[in-house]
Amino acid sequence: MKTSENLQSSQYDVSVTDEGAIVFHLLGKMDASNAAHLIEELSAIIGDRDPSSLTVDLKEVSYMDDFGVLVLMELRNMMIDRRGQFSLENTNGEIEKTLSILNFADLGKRVSLGKKKNTPKVLVRFGDAAIRHAGDVKYLMSFVGSVFVELLYVLVHPKSLRRDDTILAMQNTGVDALPIVGLISFLMGLIMAFMSSAQLQQFGANIYVASLVGLAMVRELGPLMTGIIVAGRSGSAFASEIGTMRISDEIDALFTMGFAPTRFLVIPKMVATVIVLPFLTLFSDLFAIIGGLVVGVFMLNLTANGYMAQTIKTLYLFDIFWGFLKSGVFALIITWIGCLRGFQVRGGAASVGEATTSAVVSSIFMIVVANSVFAVIHYYWG
Amino acid sequence: MRNDTIIEVKDLVATYEEDTILDRISFEVYEGEIFVILGGSGSGKTTLLKHLIGLYPPRTGRVIIDGEDISNCDDAECTAMQRKIGVLFQSGALFGSMTLGENVALPIREYTNLSEESVNDLVKMKLNLVNLDGYEDYLPSEVSGGMKKRAGLARAMALNPKILFFDEPSAGLDPVTSAELDNLIVHLNESLGTTMVIVTHELQSIFTVAQRIIMLDQNTKSIIAEGDPKHLRDQSENPFVRHFLNRQTF
Repeated sequence: MKTSENLQSSQYDVSVTDEGAIVFHLLGKMDASNAAHLIEELSAIIGDRDPSSLTVDLKEVSYMDDFGVLVLMELRNMMIDRRGQFSLENTNGEIEKTLSILNFADLGKRVSLGKKKNTPKVLVRFGDAAIRHAGDVKYLMSFVGSVFVELLYVLVHPKSLRRDDTILAMQNTGVDALPIVGLISFLMGLIMAFMSSAQLQQFGANIYVASLVGLAMVRELGPLMTGIIVAGRSGSAFASEIGTMRISDEIDALFTMGFAPTRFLVIPKMVATVIVLPFLTLFSDLFAIIGGLVVGVFMLNLTANGYMAQTIKTLYLFDIFWGFLKSGVFALIITWIGCLRGFQVRGGAASVGEATTSAVVSSIFMIVVANSVFAVIHYYWG
Repeated sequence: MRNDTIIEVKDLVATYEEDTILDRISFEVYEGEIFVILGGSGSGKTTLLKHLIGLYPPRTGRVIIDGEDISNCDDAECTAMQRKIGVLFQSGALFGSMTLGENVALPIREYTNLSEESVNDLVKMKLNLVNLDGYEDYLPSEVSGGMKKRAGLARAMALNPKILFFDEPSAGLDPVTSAELDNLIVHLNESLGTTMVIVTHELQSIFTVAQRIIMLDQNTKSIIAEGDPKHLRDQSENPFVRHFLNRQTF
């Protein structure tokens, strides 16, 4: 029985029968350009009328792609949710073909994207995490072992060290880092001298600015700052380089060609960093002292000679060696963690990003921890 | 069908720094056809493809896609043109941090106003179309090469572009998977009427899918043959073309 009323739009006509059934007569094209709009309007009509059955008449539809099929699917889902009837009318020719290609009759339940399977119970998650971390620790130990073995091998067979790679790594890690290490250290020296002079001036103890800057930089801040800068510059580079090689199968290629990936990739970087980091630290100390000197000469009326004499008087050769030793250990930490994170990369580009971040964060953390250990040793020893 | 030109390339010159890769080539692609760009390694196939999809600007000449000169469009026009094309890259180029479903959903969420539920349904439909039903939640690193390509195809087709470009669709696939992908290409072309432009040198694929081919040559840096692949194989006047299509050494 026809209609109690008619709703019209350029894309559809609606007829409502007295028995509470609705017929949508869809018109024209049904594609990406109007699918969202159609779904919204037709769903609103169904929501308002709450029909017992819905018929969609496709007679006047000139073109329909999968966005059109999506409209029909959404309408059908709505009717299923309301326990109503749904049927299609006049599905001829091309439209019938489209519906069958897309398997409209069997298109089943909704899925939701991005949500992985159900979250397991706490105990399962705990066990999962324990197994994963145990695996990580195992990998870490085997990596340390392999680096140690390869280092020994290179010590016994120095010719097996890839000299060109090592020199290139020395340039990347050391020479190229010099400007930034120099600038930051100079500014640190400047700031330290400036801040301490404000206090020391009150006691007429300007000359001790030189002692403070020299001692603090050579013993503690020089190695620490240089380590942190190199971790940020080179540790991240190691992780991303090895990580990218990992996802593009280059490491597997090395292995199949009979190269030990650790000896090929890690040892040159490690040797290079252990050699250049102490020198970088030395430069850092020097630039910081120059920074302090600038403040001393231009703000505190000290002479350059006096400032340098006081610095030399304060420092012992042991302090410089101590800084050297610390830098060497920091260099081992930076290469070890950077390369390890690179080797741990699995999957795609995002994993390389995570490895790089983790390399920098873990290296800095380990450098600070190692520095604390050195401080304790120095306290009891010195 | 043969009269509606959808891609027109006019006197295109492509260079890489000082080297000329393609020298004044012209051809047309008709709406709804499967068109193959063929040539040996180094003949400039991929360079041509990158010019067609607007990644490289031509040194001189014009590329007109669906009436729009893509070598000379402003940002809005270029974006509108990009909506008309989909590209399946050689490796699939799926975003590794997203699941297959999210990869396909990305352009749909960006360019339509569909609700999240509708997007999910549509993604399911798209993945169903490339036989990846049920793989919505897998990461690209968790599926095989063939599946990555099919998911890449689903993403390229997400907004039902008028033209689909394929860069070496068979590369790195086993013969069975490769044949399945070829069948899928033909099936989608027949069912959706999408124009397909394929860059390849896989002869088997060419004879299965191509309706018309052009063949590029490294020496002349131009098109040395154009037409039906089987006809060219048997009757081309150029012996190099016959040999290439018959897989014989020259």
